[in-house]
Amino acid sequence: MIEFFNRLFGRQTSGATAKERLRLVLMSDHLSLAPEMIDAMKRDLVDVISHYVEVDRDRIDVHFEHQDKALAMLANIPITGVARNGASVEHAANGATNGHLHAERTDAAQPEVRAAPAQLPIEADAQQALAPSGDEPLAPAAGETEGVTAAAQAQRTAKPKAVTAKNGARPRRRRRKNTAG
Amino acid sequence: MQVLQTQDEQPLSGSSAALGRAIVITSGKGGVGKTTTTANLGTALARRGARVALIDADVGLRNLDIVLGLESRVKHHVLDVLEDRVPLDEALVRDKNSSTLYLLAAAQTREKDEVDTDKMIALVQTLRERFDYVLIDCPAGIERGFKNAVAGAHEAIVVCTPEVSAVRDVDRVIGLLGNRFEPKLVINRVRPHLVRKGKMLSVQDVNAILRLSLLGVIADEPEVIVSTNKGEPLALRNDSPTASAYHAIAARLAGEDVPAPMVEYKESFMERLGSFFGGRR
Amino acid sequence: MSARKIVFTSGKGGVGKTTTTANVGAALAKAGKRVVLVDADIGLRNLDLVLGLEKRIVFDLVEVVEGRCQVRQALIKDKRFDSLSILPAAQTRDKDAVTPEQMGKVIDDLAASADYVLIDCPAGIEGGFRNAIAGASEAVVVTTPEVSAIRDADRVIGKLAERAMPVRLIVNRIRPDMVRSGDMLSVDDVCEILSAELLGIIPDDEEVIDTTNRGEPVVLGEGNRLRAIYEKIARRLEGELVPFTNLDTPGFFGRLLGALKAG
Repeated sequence: MIEFFNRLFGRQTSGATAKERLRLVLMSDHLSLAPEMIDAMKRDLVDVISHYVEVDRDRIDVHFEHQDKALAMLANIPITGVARNGASVEHAANGATNGHLHAERTDAAQPEVRAAPAQLPIEADAQQALAPSGDEPLAPAAGETEGVTAAAQAQRTAKPKAVTAKNGARPRRRRRKNTAG
Repeated sequence: MQVLQTQDEQPLSGSSAALGRAIVITSGKGGVGKTTTTANLGTALARRGARVALIDADVGLRNLDIVLGLESRVKHHVLDVLEDRVPLDEALVRDKNSSTLYLLAAAQTREKDEVDTDKMIALVQTLRERFDYVLIDCPAGIERGFKNAVAGAHEAIVVCTPEVSAVRDVDRVIGLLGNRFEPKLVINRVRPHLVRKGKMLSVQDVNAILRLSLLGVIADEPEVIVSTNKGEPLALRNDSPTASAYHAIAARLAGEDVPAPMVEYKESFMERLGSFFGGRR
Repeated sequence: MSARKIVFTSGKGGVGKTTTTANVGAALAKAGKRVVLVDADIGLRNLDLVLGLEKRIVFDLVEVVEGRCQVRQALIKDKRFDSLSILPAAQTRDKDAVTPEQMGKVIDDLAASADYVLIDCPAGIEGGFRNAIAGASEAVVVTTPEVSAIRDADRVIGKLAERAMPVRLIVNRIRPDMVRSGDMLSVDDVCEILSAELLGIIPDDEEVIDTTNRGEPVVLGEGNRLRAIYEKIARRLEGELVPFTNLDTPGFFGRLLGALKAG
């Protein structure tokens, strides 16, 4: 009842404030105590993104930030390649190869990349859907590296479930095949 | 550990050559108000214009950040600095309310025995070069965490409540602090109505045993809980007796002669005190 | 038939572990159980003080561990009860005077001829904490409804979970008036945040200060509500399903908020 009146007048009781703050702080504490879970989550995230674009796995940064009244996960994932028609790059899911692409050396300095269209079963069970930010266009030119920053609201309970990498296989690096020219 | 770069350094208030004061706030007994005192005293000193750095030395059980309402701004902690992963400047979090108050948070997921004592001493020294006051919030107990917190300090404030266990623990801590310190005493959570009824030790009772220079007395106030709920130290306000008490403490610490608050106490049960220490006084 | 070995811990200091250990132990002893209380706070002992037994200490835990006396010699029998004894901590030693293994052995020794061994854990999560939990097979986490205490309790519960130790929660120093005005977290809030099973709710009560000063367990007093509450906690430990006492006074507006409980 008191909470109702307070909200009516735009105030929040200190107890309610405390509860909210504690919730966020404990989420943050739990996350920092679960590095293995975070690693697994990162792997799953990157696996999903790799279905669409090629990424530089060595330069990925994923961290958590307090943002106003929520905890947010921020991922910075450098993209190293995108197929011209937007189809997937080669990846290995459960050992199978769903797509492949050819790189032809042309007169241009950068190799072109073409990918055969492929099915894209999303196997990794990432708990946050990652949507690239609408106002950051993906680079059309292959070979250029761009970063995509995506902010995903991590709405979690105080004790997050363990996330396991469902798809244990990692995408194979795209192999450039030089056709004799 | 990284030496502080000087490019963006702000001059110390007052004399640029004087080193700041490094004060550890300790007690032995937990829950008597060390963290609350560190936060409020830091705030009070900052309001007087001093540059103040607060260090949370409670590795694994950080709380100074949450008492100050800064928990969402902490990105790095003491061990990140001691282990050279980030420069000190990046780890220092500026207070929301006081522009000359900074926090260096504890590591939440590490253990106290991972702190290198020598590096801790060096860190405090570096902070003394930049700040007028470096207040170190000591963890409860007398184990490694306590030792590390004390190591870098040159002065000590002991916080005690008027309860037998707290007094006994402080007595022990005073012994452990040794000759390096002349600890000053803050008596917290006094309930004058209980003292009047003889159900609580009085200030005089407590200090008759501890015999320290009295820095301040703070009455128990439910508002403290509210202030922690909100993450807004009471010393920011002008309407709270607790705030006044901390401001008086800050003034005394700075060398001002502030008279002790007048509180009515009953003549109390001195004779019972003897038993708390096995008969010796 | 070996005793139940329960550690009372919290993370945060000053939330009432020692007072709770002493009073729950006393309540169990009053109910006819054979109870041994162990003070694991080496260097900052207080369990003896809270029970008024400080003048009767001859030997302590460290001396037992070092083999300088038998454990029976160090136990102090509280004459106010049929079967309550305490093993005091050493005051002038450090917590590294004892290892977790040594602690475990002493506790097992005591457990052989008792129904309950209650271990009063020091504040923090350092060596003293590790020693205290080494001897236990169950844990009671004591917290107050304050932000720092809850955060520390959460950390401790996490550490206990790592050892697969069953945990139950006591919320101490609840102030119903402040909960009603929204200035304090409720017991439900605390349990929700910590996801722990509730063992007891103890209201803030000034009598505790007085009884501690006098070294008298609350359960020896007459007709005070704290005594009833500790007795209920003891019964719940025994497995009885005891409802939590209602703290509402009749006709109070607060009923609309839902019953505020204690017990």
